[in-house]
Amino acid sequence: MDNHLTLNLLIWRQSGPEQPGMMVPYTISGVSPEMSFLEMLDHLNDDLSRRGERPVEFDSDCREGICGTCGLVINGIAHGPKSACTTCELRMRSFKSGDTISVEPFRATGFPIVRDLVVDRGAFDRIIAKGGYVSVNTGAAPDGNAIPVSKFDADRAMDAASCIGCGACVAACPNASASLFVSAKVAQLALLPQGQPERDHRALKMVEQMDREGFGDCSNHGECEAVCPKAISISHIAIMRRDFMRAAVQ
Amino acid sequence: MGKSPLLDAKIPSGPVEQKWTVFRGDADLVSPANKRKHTIIVVGTGLAGASAAASLAEMGYNVLSFCIQDSPRRAHSVAAQGGINAAKNYQNDGDSVRRLFHDTIKGGDFRAREANVYRLAEVSVNIIDQCVAQGVPFAREYGGTLANRSFGGAQVSRTFYARGQTGQQLMLGAYGALMRQVNEGTVKMFPRREMLDIVLVDGKARGIICRNLTNGEIERYAAHAVVLCTGGYSTAYYLSTNAVSCNVTAAWRCHKRGALFANPCYTQIHPTCIPQSGDSQSKLTLMSESLRNDGRVWVPKAKHDQRRPSEIPEDERDYFLERRYPAFGNLVPRDIASRASKRVCDEGHGVGPTGYAVYLDFGDAIKRLGRNKVQERYGNLFAMYHEITDDDPYDTPMRIYPAPHYTMGGLWVDYNLMSTIPGLHVLGEANFSDHGANRLGASALMQGLADGYFVLPYTIGAYLAGERLGAIGTDHEAFDAVEQEVKESVAALLKRKKGEKTITEFHRELGKVLWEDVGMSRHHEGLETAIRRIREMRAEYHDAVFVPGEGEELNRSLEMAGRVADFFELAELMARDALQREESCGGHFRQEHRTRDGEAKRDDKNFAFVGAWEYKGRDEEPVLHKEPLVFENMELKQRSYK
Repeated sequence: MDNHLTLNLLIWRQSGPEQPGMMVPYTISGVSPEMSFLEMLDHLNDDLSRRGERPVEFDSDCREGICGTCGLVINGIAHGPKSACTTCELRMRSFKSGDTISVEPFRATGFPIVRDLVVDRGAFDRIIAKGGYVSVNTGAAPDGNAIPVSKFDADRAMDAASCIGCGACVAACPNASASLFVSAKVAQLALLPQGQPERDHRALKMVEQMDREGFGDCSNHGECEAVCPKAISISHIAIMRRDFMRAAVQ
Repeated sequence: MGKSPLLDAKIPSGPVEQKWTVFRGDADLVSPANKRKHTIIVVGTGLAGASAAASLAEMGYNVLSFCIQDSPRRAHSVAAQGGINAAKNYQNDGDSVRRLFHDTIKGGDFRAREANVYRLAEVSVNIIDQCVAQGVPFAREYGGTLANRSFGGAQVSRTFYARGQTGQQLMLGAYGALMRQVNEGTVKMFPRREMLDIVLVDGKARGIICRNLTNGEIERYAAHAVVLCTGGYSTAYYLSTNAVSCNVTAAWRCHKRGALFANPCYTQIHPTCIPQSGDSQSKLTLMSESLRNDGRVWVPKAKHDQRRPSEIPEDERDYFLERRYPAFGNLVPRDIASRASKRVCDEGHGVGPTGYAVYLDFGDAIKRLGRNKVQERYGNLFAMYHEITDDDPYDTPMRIYPAPHYTMGGLWVDYNLMSTIPGLHVLGEANFSDHGANRLGASALMQGLADGYFVLPYTIGAYLAGERLGAIGTDHEAFDAVEQEVKESVAALLKRKKGEKTITEFHRELGKVLWEDVGMSRHHEGLETAIRRIREMRAEYHDAVFVPGEGEELNRSLEMAGRVADFFELAELMARDALQREESCGGHFRQEHRTRDGEAKRDDKNFAFVGAWEYKGRDEEPVLHKEPLVFENMELKQRSYK
């Protein structure tokens, strides 16, 4: 029991989209180092519940780093101190007893706050709807081996496709740009033969929608790549820009 | 064995190879002009839901799509790791539609319907084509062709994969297809909605009642048919590999309105999960079955051996799967691997702090293939394991133990994927149909996409063409009545109670009872105790659980409270079903029914049936209906992987 931690938490509480929010202090004890960060918050919420207080609302689902639902800014860093790690994968052994930890939502104009640490990332769906796919109807596909794809290209496409759509890139960017997210999808399909027929149109439409949603421009800070839980490279942004430029001048 | 009149499976006549072809050729169609006049509700956006919604919209139907997540891309199919089966025979190793059919029926321990499984094997090849065309970045060989790996329960390599993230990549493919239709205006998307009830008009499914999870409002939606793709119920165990918001609520409420629930006792306990570490844990993490391709499972031969794995010499290790099942070795099906692991741990050979874990060792694979090759195949899984346990599997064997993962049971459906409520179709893990008593690895993704892309689009047309339903609005009186009931049940949960225990504590207790007595090994007495305990806990829950907050706002506690209430009711049915099934088959292992060497012993004479339960009321006994299973293409025999 003696390895359990006692922590001082500063958590953003906001009761609704139009309400003012503030950082509220909590002290929590009995935190074991094996707990995930979200299990620590579950533990806090059970305490709050028992005391008749309102639990802290936060989003999470798979709790193994793949669904992209969770996302907190922990001590000022999207998804916390460990690199290539989602909030749900982060374990409390990364902290020491007595630490003060601040917990905030992913903040951006494009991600309005719903309640406490929950934000609305619907903008990402609207960007994908503009072209983040290959337009092929069910039943219209040729044999899977009819289109060879080099292993090198398939691996590069997979690197881009591993984006989980969490939005940490936006939260970390000083411009709240969604460029890493958008470029990951643009690049995945640009690297594959299946993506070629709609390549220009896709880049144009998705970038236009990104602007419309209120995300800023990329100015090469690189913060997005640093916090990305899937370590997606900013080189994808270069691919997106090239495709967008080519499409725009045509 | 009497066949229940409620359970007409509507299997087309003729040889199994011809059934689906004949069905497609003869089925009534809805003309393009009439498709536009039909609205279909699809609940859930996992592989089954997203693929169904996109395909129906492409065909011209108006689709309303609902999910509980904040985005349809996050449905739990996204977490599937290992791969998807298809009878492509690209490896020239003897695979065929017939062999996949054969493996799936045998893997399911002869408790699935032949006609459905054959169709599944048939359309498996189309799924791969479709996903490749969507730009799913499957693993490739250097020559540019698709790569395969082998998976449990098969002796051919028919599993297609995208690193250890196959579910994610297939999910994003189906999500892309769905969002394309949203952009076209043919699908209207409703995220953060939880279906709380189904609305029947003249006995047919015509709408749903939802809670808008953002603002708590109760909403109504009308349609000509409802398609449920809401996944499985493993989270009844509290600790499982499923996402924390996975639940049985939508399916359960349809059950209470007349949809029979089939084989609830068939649950899959997956052999390779990271063992539980403490009481505060909220979920268990799966380590893909693909790891058993290269990892070797072992425990120390000596009981209670406290040495580090590296200190245990080769001749003091028991590679128990290779020893007991030489033909399949580490690649035996999941139910068999799980039970074998439990057995060695029960006998005192388990490792780790709790003694409930076995080693999954990559030492030989790293020697044989080199670290780089192993990293290429399993890098993301190794990293995940390292992060969670603080142990590096490149240096020391993983510790694994079985955990609830998938549920073969679900709402009963006929060949057309329609439940006993006309118009209510059920797809993917939410139905009971294709996996019998045990699902083979890489077959869940196959079934979800088969149902959504290639089966439902045909069968729902036949239903709609035959019914000629008129349009109804949400102002129909049937909606008033159901909405009122939903509002009352939400209000009952929120009623202030002086509870000591939180929702999570109740759920965790329920999970413990299920795991102990309705888990990997079951017996008569334990099941009766479980039923009694579940009833007591359920009564206590409704008297004492404290739900903070209000109804008309985002309130995660209220969401969980409703789901846990339904888990209590389902849990009792799981135990009841396990009690009536006096045999062992697949994931359902009754201690009273085993062979001399401890394997599952089926009773085909008395139990070759689908057990489908009819709900009779809150405190009434449910009624069991039987659909006999007829095997015309496979010989019923004891399963052997030795």
